[in-house]
Amino acid sequence: MDTKLKKRIGKIVSWLLTFLLMLVICIPGLWVVLTGFRPNREVLAKPAIWIPEELTLNNFAQIFGFGAEQIAIPVPAYFTNSLIIALTSTAIALLVGMSGGYAFARFRFKYKDTLFLGLMLSRTVPGIALSLPVFMIWSRIGLIDTKPGLIIVYVALNVPFTIWLIDGFFRQIPKEMSEAAQVDGCTRWQAFWKIEFPLAKSGIASAGIFAFLTSWNEYALASQLTRSTDSKTLPVGLMDFTAQFTIDWAGMSAMAVIIIIPALILTFIVQKHLISGLTFGGVKG
Amino acid sequence: MSRINKSIPFWRREQFTPFLLLMPAILILLLVVLLPLLFSLYTSFTGYRLIRPDSLYNWVGFRNYERIFTNANFWYAFGRTVLFLTIALNLEFLFGLGIALLINKITWGQRTLRTIMMFPMMFSPILVGYQFKFIFNDNIGILNNALQALGLSDGAIPWLVDKQLAMFSIIFAEVWMSTSIFAILLLAGLFAMPRDPLEAAKVDGCNPWQVFRHITLPFLMPFAFIAMTIRSLDVARAYDIVDVMTGGGPAGRTELLWTLIARVGYDNSRMGQANAMAYVSILLSIAFTYYFFRKLIAARRYMGGAD
Repeated sequence: MDTKLKKRIGKIVSWLLTFLLMLVICIPGLWVVLTGFRPNREVLAKPAIWIPEELTLNNFAQIFGFGAEQIAIPVPAYFTNSLIIALTSTAIALLVGMSGGYAFARFRFKYKDTLFLGLMLSRTVPGIALSLPVFMIWSRIGLIDTKPGLIIVYVALNVPFTIWLIDGFFRQIPKEMSEAAQVDGCTRWQAFWKIEFPLAKSGIASAGIFAFLTSWNEYALASQLTRSTDSKTLPVGLMDFTAQFTIDWAGMSAMAVIIIIPALILTFIVQKHLISGLTFGGVKG
Repeated sequence: MSRINKSIPFWRREQFTPFLLLMPAILILLLVVLLPLLFSLYTSFTGYRLIRPDSLYNWVGFRNYERIFTNANFWYAFGRTVLFLTIALNLEFLFGLGIALLINKITWGQRTLRTIMMFPMMFSPILVGYQFKFIFNDNIGILNNALQALGLSDGAIPWLVDKQLAMFSIIFAEVWMSTSIFAILLLAGLFAMPRDPLEAAKVDGCNPWQVFRHITLPFLMPFAFIAMTIRSLDVARAYDIVDVMTGGGPAGRTELLWTLIARVGYDNSRMGQANAMAYVSILLSIAFTYYFFRKLIAARRYMGGAD
């Protein structure tokens, strides 16, 4: 009887804690999303208006340039820049990462551990510290404020982690499968594309999503290497709002929503693979 | 054998294949990371200023390093950064462990909870910063509004202006963003845990705390160190948060090493000095990563021995 009661109390306590935890995780984001749909005067109202009296798409219309009021921040340009830069750098990072990850998973060679450690260490360099020399060099060779300039940097940023993840996914596939295919007359290249690649495909896709998000979210390097609408990305553009005399909270929140949405959708798709990729590569690697 | 080897060029040989496959990765990292870092190492020994390009050839020896090591502001920022990392990483580990244990107990809706838990991890640091800048805003922030509505405070608490509160707010944002990495990896560890030792310990009369302390925790440590290693790879993400939330203010009270680098390098255009500081920050990051990586390997070996 006593232990039963104890168990029940324990269960209630753990549910309460979980509920509290979810509140802490969800409320900040939800509040920003909600603010994106509210008119600015309601956001600024004192005393605070808790239950929205009016929901509007005005903020979104404004930052995308239609609607009665115009704002000076070219969000559509930033959005296209972000998309082009993130997609291109992800595609290149995946190609480079696949070939590198395959090398680590399937070959034994000299300096393998040193090389792997070197790749990982290159990722530890803080973005802002790396931005200084890259800024100096890029401005000499004319890559400052161009999309290719940022794409190259993001590929380098993503390659180590992509290799780590893809290495783990290739290792999960038994070596014997491609060896059997080679005995049956496939070349190694054919065996890769017909056997190993299809099996590792979902893992590679999740590595790609991870790389995309890194590029999509990056700020420290982008804030120094971009100047104008030619190459500014959304996170850098978000800071445009703070440069104005008064902060347009509603507009800024609307822009935040635009940055969040792809991240949320992609996280939902990738979550399972990411966990297995991280733990596999780390523990058994 | 050697005659065959001679007849095919060296890049077609079997032992060269992995290097060929790794060539693109090595090349791009050489180009974007290693060469620039060598260049910045050189620059850190010059008096280079952005506004005077010819000062790039003005060799000053160790003067930049001398100057930053005798500069009180630099040491404050350095100390603050180490303190910030220590507090944030420990809190993230503790909260992550708590959350993992909590969610491990729950059977209904566990998957949904796990997915929700992952969201902060995918948020752009700049968004996390903005979000908390908004929440902690003294005038219209939801936190002050809530405190006032509940009658817990009548004035506007200056969360981002007061020096201690500003540091607290930044740590809060950082912990909010990164705890989920720990929670998720520790949860994966709990799932992977074998049941037998737990049963055996219970039969032998261990109490729950002893079971946790001597069986669960050692088993989870490698997972914690993976999380620590992943985290220490990008500790400098905190730059984004601080840059949005306080910009290093009030009066430099939340200035971390990374924001100081940006200020000296870009705002004051003293590239030489900024590069010297950048080198200190790189070494700091490498030290953190190396430390946790060693711990990870040690913990793995310990686990292998226990098996």
